[in-house]
Amino acid sequence: MILAVLSGKGGAGKTFVSVNLAVTAGRATYIDCDVEEPNGRLFLKPKDIKEKPVSSRIPEFDPEKCSECRKCVDFCQFNALVYVGDRPVVFPEVCHSCGGCAIVCPSGAVKETERQVGTVETGWRGDVRVVTGILNPGEASAVPVIKSALKTGCAAEELTVLDCPPGSGCSVLESVSSADYCILVVEPTAFGLHNFQMVAELVWLMKKPWGVVINREDGAYPPLEEFCTQNAIPILGRIPYSKKLAGLCAAGQIACTSDEETGHLFARLLYAVREEAET
Amino acid sequence: MRIAIPMDERNTDTGLCPSFGRAPIFLLHDTKTGKDVFYTNPAADAPGGAGLKAAQFIVDQKADVLITVRCGENSAQVFRAVGIVVYKAANGTAKENLSAFAQGKLPHMTEFHAGFQGRA
Repeated sequence: MILAVLSGKGGAGKTFVSVNLAVTAGRATYIDCDVEEPNGRLFLKPKDIKEKPVSSRIPEFDPEKCSECRKCVDFCQFNALVYVGDRPVVFPEVCHSCGGCAIVCPSGAVKETERQVGTVETGWRGDVRVVTGILNPGEASAVPVIKSALKTGCAAEELTVLDCPPGSGCSVLESVSSADYCILVVEPTAFGLHNFQMVAELVWLMKKPWGVVINREDGAYPPLEEFCTQNAIPILGRIPYSKKLAGLCAAGQIACTSDEETGHLFARLLYAVREEAET
Repeated sequence: MRIAIPMDERNTDTGLCPSFGRAPIFLLHDTKTGKDVFYTNPAADAPGGAGLKAAQFIVDQKADVLITVRCGENSAQVFRAVGIVVYKAANGTAKENLSAFAQGKLPHMTEFHAGFQGRA
């Protein structure tokens, strides 16, 4: 089962939930798809790491063949091409590798070449395989690194937990598309609920079955409870607002193994997720 | 000589737009004729790469000089490649900046920001 862990805003607890679910499952794969700031490895501390470069394509222009028509420059929706002097020049960090320039070029002057944009690291923590996508700083698109991390790590026969990027943009869409079930981690605040509703729209649109984990709960937050009730969204688990958990996280500890109560909480959460996902 | 300046309004008695790539308007001042022409910046609403698209516009307008409050590294690379010289604007209106430039009082731009690549 491929399980995507999402949230509207950053800091809601995606990594906390993902890491603890993978460790609770025992044999599992954890994939960090939050490639701009992958932090699951800070908790999982994987060993025997193997690295694999991720590259993306950029255009190269043949000045002999270029007829100076500028069709490529006008076509580029990302404005990654500039016509300087007498030829187009590409700005690699702005290029999204769509290949459009090569298609519109009437004289076959565009050739695509490979360029490294990030790395995928694979390591182990006990029986948990830890796959981390790492995007090079300054790159415009996270999608190639996420694709490569998913290809490396996704194994449908065992539990695969995808720690997704925050928000509801391209990189989240890429992460969610392969998931069988989604967990939305939400903070019971007005801000948390607002951004959670944006992700709810996304998972509905993608027709994915999903449920909610409320993190840092300090008494019921009625607007969130009402939203879940009205839309028949299952609340799979509730993680309390607790100084102890914050302390464990700050120390880079994995709460489900360091704290018995949290261990039980995640065992029950994993059970609830499996039950929901199978129905 | 043709001088480009990013503007908020079509009026040389007003100040400069602090953004280069997303300035709504560009002023092109011709020092030979003294003529001022205002253009809508085609990059103002670009979803990404606005600095590069705006730089392309300035290159296509055959400007020799750009006077601006800020400029990103990507645009700066374009200007270096074609030999457009970038000057750092002083406080005040476009007219005041043109006159300061004519008197050699404006410094060359030395700091270019990393650019926002649509993330702003």
